[in-house]
Amino acid sequence: MYDVTVIGAGVVGGLVARELSRYKLKICILEAENDVAMGATKANSAIVHAGFDAKEGSLKALLNVRGCEMMEELCNELGVRYSNNGSMVVAFNDEERETLQMLLQRGIANNVPDLRIVEKEELHKMEPKLSEDVICALLAPSAGIVCPYGLAISAVGNAMDNGAELRCNFKVNAIEKTENGYTVSSESGSVTTKYVINCAGMNSDIVAQMVGDNSFNIHARRGEYILLDRESDKLVNHTIFRTPSKMGKGILITPTVHENLLLGPTSFDISDKEDKDTTAAGFAAIIKSTNESTKFIPFHTTITSFCGLRSVGSTGDFIINSPVKGFINAAGIESPGLTSSPAIAEYIAEMLREDGLEMIPDPAFNPTRKSYDAFRNASEEEKNRIIKENPAYGKIVCRCEGVTEGEIIEAIHRNPQPRDLDGVKRRTRAQMGRCQGGFCGPYVVELLSKELGIPYESVTKFGRKSVINFEKTKGGQSE
Amino acid sequence: MERKLTCIICPLGCELTVQLEDKEILDISGHTCPRGKAYAEAECTAPTRTLTTTVRCSDGSLVPVKTQTPIPKEKMSECMEILNGVTAALPLAIGDVIVEDVFGSKVVATQNKP
Amino acid sequence: MKDLVIIGGGPAGMSAAIAAYESGLRDILILERDEHLGGILQQCIHNGFGLHKFGEELTGPEYAWKYEKKIIDLGIEYKLNTMVLSVSENKVVTATNSTDGIFQIKAKAIILAMGCRERSKGALNIAGSRPAGIFSAGTAQKYVNMKGYLPGKNIVILGSGDIGLIMARRMTLEGAKVHAVCELMPYSGGLARNIEQCLNDFGIPLKLSHTIIQIHGKDRVEGVTIAEVDGNRKPIPGTEEYIACDTILFSVGLIPENELSQSANVSLSRITNGAVVDQDRQTSVEGVFACGNVLHVHDLVDYVSDEAEIAGKAAVEYINKNTDAELQIVLKTDGKIRYTVPQVITKKKDVAVYFRVSNIYKNVVIKVTDGDKLILSKKKIKVAPGEMESVALKKEMLENVKELCFSLEEV
Repeated sequence: MYDVTVIGAGVVGGLVARELSRYKLKICILEAENDVAMGATKANSAIVHAGFDAKEGSLKALLNVRGCEMMEELCNELGVRYSNNGSMVVAFNDEERETLQMLLQRGIANNVPDLRIVEKEELHKMEPKLSEDVICALLAPSAGIVCPYGLAISAVGNAMDNGAELRCNFKVNAIEKTENGYTVSSESGSVTTKYVINCAGMNSDIVAQMVGDNSFNIHARRGEYILLDRESDKLVNHTIFRTPSKMGKGILITPTVHENLLLGPTSFDISDKEDKDTTAAGFAAIIKSTNESTKFIPFHTTITSFCGLRSVGSTGDFIINSPVKGFINAAGIESPGLTSSPAIAEYIAEMLREDGLEMIPDPAFNPTRKSYDAFRNASEEEKNRIIKENPAYGKIVCRCEGVTEGEIIEAIHRNPQPRDLDGVKRRTRAQMGRCQGGFCGPYVVELLSKELGIPYESVTKFGRKSVINFEKTKGGQSE
Repeated sequence: MERKLTCIICPLGCELTVQLEDKEILDISGHTCPRGKAYAEAECTAPTRTLTTTVRCSDGSLVPVKTQTPIPKEKMSECMEILNGVTAALPLAIGDVIVEDVFGSKVVATQNKP
Repeated sequence: MKDLVIIGGGPAGMSAAIAAYESGLRDILILERDEHLGGILQQCIHNGFGLHKFGEELTGPEYAWKYEKKIIDLGIEYKLNTMVLSVSENKVVTATNSTDGIFQIKAKAIILAMGCRERSKGALNIAGSRPAGIFSAGTAQKYVNMKGYLPGKNIVILGSGDIGLIMARRMTLEGAKVHAVCELMPYSGGLARNIEQCLNDFGIPLKLSHTIIQIHGKDRVEGVTIAEVDGNRKPIPGTEEYIACDTILFSVGLIPENELSQSANVSLSRITNGAVVDQDRQTSVEGVFACGNVLHVHDLVDYVSDEAEIAGKAAVEYINKNTDAELQIVLKTDGKIRYTVPQVITKKKDVAVYFRVSNIYKNVVIKVTDGDKLILSKKKIKVAPGEMESVALKKEMLENVKELCFSLEEV
């Protein structure tokens, strides 16, 4: 029997599990997909928000500011890329300037540090590529950017390194009350546990309903993005937001921690929780908005486009509560959910403590973890020492992002183990570059097949039925 | 009857016109070399193609192969079926014969395999 | 220290190395990132290579072997599985492999011969989902021809470049069904012979002025919506058609891989995406040469070999210090001719100038002029963007010339 079972291995579930792994607790993480970080965590703006958007006194405001405060140290511990690049909300007219004033006041009330309005002259010195039509901006120096899926992967990995267990392809379909906890079931089996933490993202309303909690529902909001090649990140230093309107926070322009430029998201409510289609209208909206904000966007360096779904809760705030004894919701974690996630984990640990869960610090707990970038960041001397020990680190597999065979093999064997091409991509960046796996894809398939001991043709892009190859040619049997 | 063809002999891709009566060729035009004329003749009487594909080797890897001379065009899929059932012994050098006769042609390796 | 370092052991790199050797140079090193010489030719198992160079129809691996054998016989040094990480302006090459680790070599001259990559689906902003089953044509070619696996059974191909056409036939022969090849332009970018023998032979429809407007399927591709496009390449409402398929292959252009050239500060052309070069294929950085598909995308490997020989010989001349510029003639083009290679002529010698046109034109005269003075004219029955053209300039023609303009007139 587990002490705590976390449903959902996104950034929230991952950090909750990691926070709880500080204690002598038996922890299980259940994930419906083939890998962690498969929902909103893998496709969002990757922004660490300063915290001036959410209404004063809301959970969103509280946890956002706290999360922003925690992020840098957390990323250092977990070896995740983070950059404190600051953000700007730009205004084009006096009406928008008024909105900035309102955000400034709200930010001050939310305890956001160092917020101020920057006037045109100073602004254009800071961001020379911004459009001349921008008249001022709200500058938030505490904002940053982070690798969201990297954070979730490393959080789950760190929790596992400290004893937590992960079960993928475990889609929860029933939760039954037992004498001293719950039995959580899927088609592939069940686990028994004292506590359940519902971090099921888009499906967190369905999971809550399994214990009779019908107090909220979740719907999907489509957010489309365009990603430009490395070097294009030099267009802007800060994350550039438009002034928010009734339509939401609008389309932003931001460098990423991997030196790409990210443009998006669009915002469109949809009924299908699995519909991650991009649309022609979405692309047009991104191009229009970002061209207004800047002088020139190098769209010819586009390397991919994608769509993420935000799980929007029906209450307007994060839904973090315990509807029944031993069951805690962390639902409706839309923006600023990524930023808030470390604070949500802390908050939930506190709820468990208050509920009477015995939480004895584990002296063996190790908060740090080797970065997936460790080899990349090493000195040449150090790299040569590693190559001598293991020649696979001398062989570049992904030429666009410069990823070696050694790094890929190491990532395949680390917690949480990737089982598919996209899993390797998110951990190592192989296939993430400008050729999008055109060259290295077949080689990564081979490495997965060899290292995991599975047939070449059973390797998938992201689990489910996403096979890459159908069969061996010439009626051949697989080796 | 007039038949329009695109010559496949070389990358020029000349557009050929063949005047036919039943199966008898009356005139060929549009070609820029004698091989183009020969192609047009063959294409209207007994079209042929060089087949390039792969054959499985004894170690499970593949070796690229080709028919040494063109084979009847309509026999290509039949030839594929035959070659799909062949296992080539290693080592192989370019030009090594893998199958002696398929529809009048040898099938040879086009890559060296140790 | 090396006299000549050649980056890339494909057809360009090998041919340049042999030419340099035959010009008397011995201290040559080829750095190749793959596990074999020959580059992408090794997976191009179809025939049609070498007619111009060898007067026979060879497959890709056979063409590569002609050069590989010579490299071995001449004893030219090469390192496989070796990735060049950067090239500096003062010609220091940094590379890595499993046996040497990360190492630096200072070279007297460098030849860039890295080839090109396929434009990916990601660059196109096609609406819809992102399931498995989307490949660039060359990736599918690798799976089928080198790995022996079938990445698709029911296929739609976007783009009618030669690789797309070749793969239509190849997948068909391996038992897949190719439902259509869609081409955004009103003409194909591939060779006419390939449309004939790769599509027409198998009854595969070529849909010109068509594109994919949406991809369907959550896990694996389930279908595409295609539509006809107007003169501005915009989809025409009402022409949408759904095709069920499990695989989409993209053959939508090749991009010279010039990241290393950029690290060496080599000036690039925005039209070719390759270096700006003179008649010797020398780039803006003295002693750094470029040839093959890294310089501009070729349709025939035979021309790659020709071009690499020019670069190989010239690199030796450079090393032997016979490189003083005698002239400075800039080659310009009108809109109908997209680009020329070389873009500059600096020496009084016979020069073959290669160029591509921007559309299909029939019955044309290609004119080379210096101001009002006609230097050369050449008639062509048909020119197409997919087929590289060339004119031969004699050294006498370069006398007192300041600028050469290449233009195309329809008769």
